[in-house]
Amino acid sequence: MTTLNLPTAATRRARRGRLSRGTSTALGILFLAIMLFPIYWMANASLQPSGNTLTAGIFPFTPDFSGYERAIADQGHNLLTSLIISIGTVVLTLLIAAPAAYALAQFRFRWINVALLVIIIAQMVPGVVIANALYSAYNDLGLLNSIAGLILADASLAIPFAILILRTSMMGIPPAIVEAARIDGAGLIRAFVSVVVPVSRNALITAALFGFLFSWSDFLFALTLTTTEDVRPVTLGIYQYLGTQVSNWSAVMATAVLSSIPAIILLVLAQKFIAAGATGGAVK
Amino acid sequence: MTLQVPASETAGPASETRRRPRPLGAGPGSPEIPAAPPRRRRRPERFTRLLFVAPAALYILAFFGYPIVKNLTMSLQEYTTKTFFTGEAPWVGFANYVSVFTSSLFTPALWNTALFTIGSIAGQFVIGLALAVFFRRRFPLNGFLRSMLLLPWLLPMIVSSATWRSILDQDSGILNRFLGSIGLTDAPIGWLTDPSVALIAVIMVNIWVGIPFNVALLYGGLQDIPEELYEAGALDGATGWKAFWHITVPNLRPVISVVLVLGVVYTLKVLDVILGLTNGGPANATQTLAVRSYQESFVNFEFGIGSAWSNILILVSLIFAVIYLRANRRAVDE
Repeated sequence: MTTLNLPTAATRRARRGRLSRGTSTALGILFLAIMLFPIYWMANASLQPSGNTLTAGIFPFTPDFSGYERAIADQGHNLLTSLIISIGTVVLTLLIAAPAAYALAQFRFRWINVALLVIIIAQMVPGVVIANALYSAYNDLGLLNSIAGLILADASLAIPFAILILRTSMMGIPPAIVEAARIDGAGLIRAFVSVVVPVSRNALITAALFGFLFSWSDFLFALTLTTTEDVRPVTLGIYQYLGTQVSNWSAVMATAVLSSIPAIILLVLAQKFIAAGATGGAVK
Repeated sequence: MTLQVPASETAGPASETRRRPRPLGAGPGSPEIPAAPPRRRRRPERFTRLLFVAPAALYILAFFGYPIVKNLTMSLQEYTTKTFFTGEAPWVGFANYVSVFTSSLFTPALWNTALFTIGSIAGQFVIGLALAVFFRRRFPLNGFLRSMLLLPWLLPMIVSSATWRSILDQDSGILNRFLGSIGLTDAPIGWLTDPSVALIAVIMVNIWVGIPFNVALLYGGLQDIPEELYEAGALDGATGWKAFWHITVPNLRPVISVVLVLGVVYTLKVLDVILGLTNGGPANATQTLAVRSYQESFVNFEFGIGSAWSNILILVSLIFAVIYLRANRRAVDE
């Protein structure tokens, strides 16, 4: 394709020629503005004086931070709970998924096709099915209302995805570099940790970021596997807000903004990893 | 039904490592080191290899296999709050299914699930494809705008639900204020409180949530269509819509089928959006199979009936999962 670039530039311009590049950018910004308007509105509403009505202006000319004060007082603890659970989910997901992905990518197992099929099906199991069964099991095991219980459950959102995306990347590892380590006397596990893991750094970061986001966004397990206020992720905190006190929209929206921060930070700082994950896990 | 894996992958490098027992240093000068030590290493090696997959296998068994089996057995039991105290869950045959099928909510829930799924997928797909085609143009800020577009997909769904609830509020929400100010509506619409429009509102929000995912996948598919095809088409007079129908659509077909079927499977199980916006109301206007299952189990504590609902949901998902696997296999083949 690259060799054809020069002579075809004219045809390409003819095909897409009706709009100039500047107009395209303007249109693109307009589309993005429409799509992201609700997020702007969330931020705008969070800066309005608290009250039970939504008489927000279009711009927060006189920003009022009382919503945030309220949100942090009510939900600060829940935000921390969410953070701990999400980090735990990432660690558990990588520990389980990375070796499995490597095995599925490089070992010659006879049942690899079956394993992949199971993983793809697992990704499709509705969360409510898992929650139905886990509730009674957790009740017996004493895992209801526990951080560990939520980490284990949230990992179900991330592990199949992580295995698929890591496997795709690990299939590209040249066997020679692992073999070189083996010849130097490293065992299989040693070689995995010292060669495969560093080489797969980018895919591991992508898997970790999505594991974090999946867990941070989890609502269903938080809703079904907790019964008290001891362990309450912020998603459930927002839901509780919506049920009881839509009297204070600025606090609800301030909590929503605070809960969006991880996604926004990751999208800005880790764009290429997010882009890789958006397409990687689904088709391959 | 089998998944297509190219032969080169399965006959992978691992076999080579195993079949080459002679270390590099073992030349003719060291006859006392035959192939023996590596062979001795072989049996523990097989054990180590299993260690790589064992945690994942156990996890999948416990958190996917067990729930599926448990839902099947629970749906044949009277499994209620009492069960948690007495430990008794009497077998009741198909009584739970009978109560699901005769429930006055069965037909509405099935119908709403179909409308919610079809409406969401149609909206996400059409808008997603339009945006993906748009972003094929080359212009400044393209990459930046495209990645910012992912934001709605990355936010917790309950955050989106809360935000949309404030936007759709009947009396003071910005949408009604906007529609009123441009004179499009006489009276404010009860987006989430009027049973006749609530499902439409919920679908609208779910479309918004799903557009980024569709754009990402479809854009990826579009990038794989060789530019030469368009150039050849242009010579034959195929530009604009003609090029779209005769070049883009046929070449994108494998990706399209994957996106659509995957979309259906993911949309069938959506719960956050509906619970956050309407909780299945008003007047059960937004009840779906997933919402029914949740409410029977965790609001009414009728786990038997709840799992009967979710088994119906699994059955529907399974049909589409099979379609997905076939579509995906075709995509790999082509």
